Amino acid sequence: MQTFDLSKDGLRALNSSLHALKGQTNMTAWEVINPKGAHAIAAGVDAPVEITVRGSTGYYCAGMNKQASIFIKGSAGPGVAENMMSGKVVIDGDASQYAGATGRGGLLVIKGNASSRCGISMKGIEIVVHGNIGHMSCFMAQSGSVVVLGDAGEALGDSLYEARLFVRGKVKSLGADCIEKEMRPEHYALVEDLLRRGEADHKAKPEQFRRYGSARKLYNFNIDNAAAY
Amino acid sequence: MCGIVGLFLKDASLEPKLGAMLADMLVTMTDRGPDSAGIAIYSGAGKGRAKLTVQSAHPGRDFANLDADLKDAIGTPVLMLIKDTHAMLEVPLAQLEAARSALTHLRPEVKVMSAGEGIEIFKEVGLPKDVATRFGIAKMGGTHGIGHTRMATESAVTTMGAHPFSTGNDQCLVHNGSLSNHNGVRRELKRLGMTFETENDTEVGAAFISHKLQSGDTLGHALEATLTDLDGFFTFVVGTKNGFGVVRDPIACKPAVMAETDQYVAFGSEYRALVNLPGIETARIWEPEPATVYFWER
Repeated sequence: MQTFDLSKDGLRALNSSLHALKGQTNMTAWEVINPKGAHAIAAGVDAPVEITVRGSTGYYCAGMNKQASIFIKGSAGPGVAENMMSGKVVIDGDASQYAGATGRGGLLVIKGNASSRCGISMKGIEIVVHGNIGHMSCFMAQSGSVVVLGDAGEALGDSLYEARLFVRGKVKSLGADCIEKEMRPEHYALVEDLLRRGEADHKAKPEQFRRYGSARKLYNFNIDNAAAY
Repeated sequence: MCGIVGLFLKDASLEPKLGAMLADMLVTMTDRGPDSAGIAIYSGAGKGRAKLTVQSAHPGRDFANLDADLKDAIGTPVLMLIKDTHAMLEVPLAQLEAARSALTHLRPEVKVMSAGEGIEIFKEVGLPKDVATRFGIAKMGGTHGIGHTRMATESAVTTMGAHPFSTGNDQCLVHNGSLSNHNGVRRELKRLGMTFETENDTEVGAAFISHKLQSGDTLGHALEATLTDLDGFFTFVVGTKNGFGVVRDPIACKPAVMAETDQYVAFGSEYRALVNLPGIETARIWEPEPATVYFWER
C-alpha cells in the first residue's frame, strides 16, 4: 500500500506517480490522505490499480480514468469521473454537478445523491446512483445505462439518444424527446446486474424501476418538430 | 468564475475569530478569481451607533482631519479608524444620514463602501491575501460576513467594480455569474429612484434586492423575485444586519456548497473553502438547490 499525503506532497507529485504506473502493475494499492477538496485527484490514471481517497474531493476527480478502481471515502466535487474510459469509481457520499459527463466506459457508483447534469452526454459509461439525481441529468446521453434508486429532477434525458435510463422514484419532468418505455425481460436483467455491481442489490429490486428512453423524434430535423428543438 | 465565501456564526464564542476564518476561506478561493477581492463584516449592531466605511484613492489627503471636519458638520464626535485606502467612521445612529450627506460636501471624491449599524465593507483590486492583509481582516470580530474574489466579466477591474456591492444600509451582495438583462433592470431601478456607482451587473442585482426590501418585501421574497426578474447566471450570497441568504438561478451551473453545525452556517463556491472550519468533518454538507431561497437570521 502506497500512502500519499496530498497536503504534504502535492497534487502534481501524486498524479505523475500514478501516471507512471502505466504498463506496470506491481504497486496496485494506493491511499490518498488529506484530499481537502483538491482538484483533479487521480485524473488520467491508466493502470489496473486501486486508489482510495480518504475524504472529499474537488473538481474532476478520477477524470478520464482507464482501468483503475477509485474509491472516494467522502463526497466528490463537479465533474467526477468525467470522460471515464474504463475501470470503476465508487463515491461513498454525494457527487456534485455533471458526474460521469461524456463517460465512454467503466462503472460510476454514487452512494449518496448526484447533483444536476449527471451523465450529461454520456457515451457508454454505466452509472448507479443510490440516491437522487438533479435537473438536466442525461442531457444528450448517447449510450450506456443509468440506474437511479431515488428521484430524478427536471428535464430528465432531454434530447436523449440511445442511453437507457432506469428510475425507481419520481421523475419531476422528462426532457424533450424522452419518454417512458416498457420494461422487457432484458431490461430487468440489465438493472439486476447493475444493482449488483453498483452495491445496491440489497436496497432495490429490478421490478421497482421504470425505463425511460428516446422517442427518436429529434434525430433529424423535422419541420413539424420545430417547437421542440 | 469568481469565488464566494460566507459565514454566519451561531456560537458567540467564535465571534472574535470571524475575520480570521473568513479571510482564510477567501484566500483558499484565490484561483477562482485574481482580479479583486472584498469582504463585508457585520459586528456591533443594535447599540445605537452606525458605521460609514469610505474609500479614497488619496487616503492621505482625504482622511486627514476627516473626523474633526465631520464633527463640526454634524455636531457630535466621530470615531475614525483608518485602514489603508479605507476609513471607518462611527457616528450615533441618528446622525448616519447627516454624516453621509456632509461627507459629499467635505470630501467629494470619497466613495461610500457601506453604511449601517453592523456592516463594514473593505474591497480593493488585488489578490485576496493582499487585500485581507491591507485591511487587517484577520483581526476583525463579528457575527457574520461574506467575501468575494473576482474574475471580471461584465465591467472594469476597479475598486468600485469589486464585490461586495452595498446598495442599502446594512445590505450587501456578492455574485458568481453574469446577468444578461442588467441594463434594462438598471434603467427601471433608476426610474424608481435607485442610484448606481458603476456599470456592473452585480450592482444591479444588489440594487434590485435593496429596492424590494425598501418597498417592504421580506428578504425571502426579495430573493425569490431575482428568479423571475433577473436573467443570467447567478449564485448570490446576500448579507443583512441580522443574517445572510443564498439563492442560485434555475440552471445552477455556478457552484455552491454549504455546511452547517451547531456553531455556524458556512458557504463556499467549493468545498475547499470550508475544510479548515472547526468540526467540518461532522458538519451537514449540501449543495443549495437551484431556484431555492435559503436564509439564516438571528
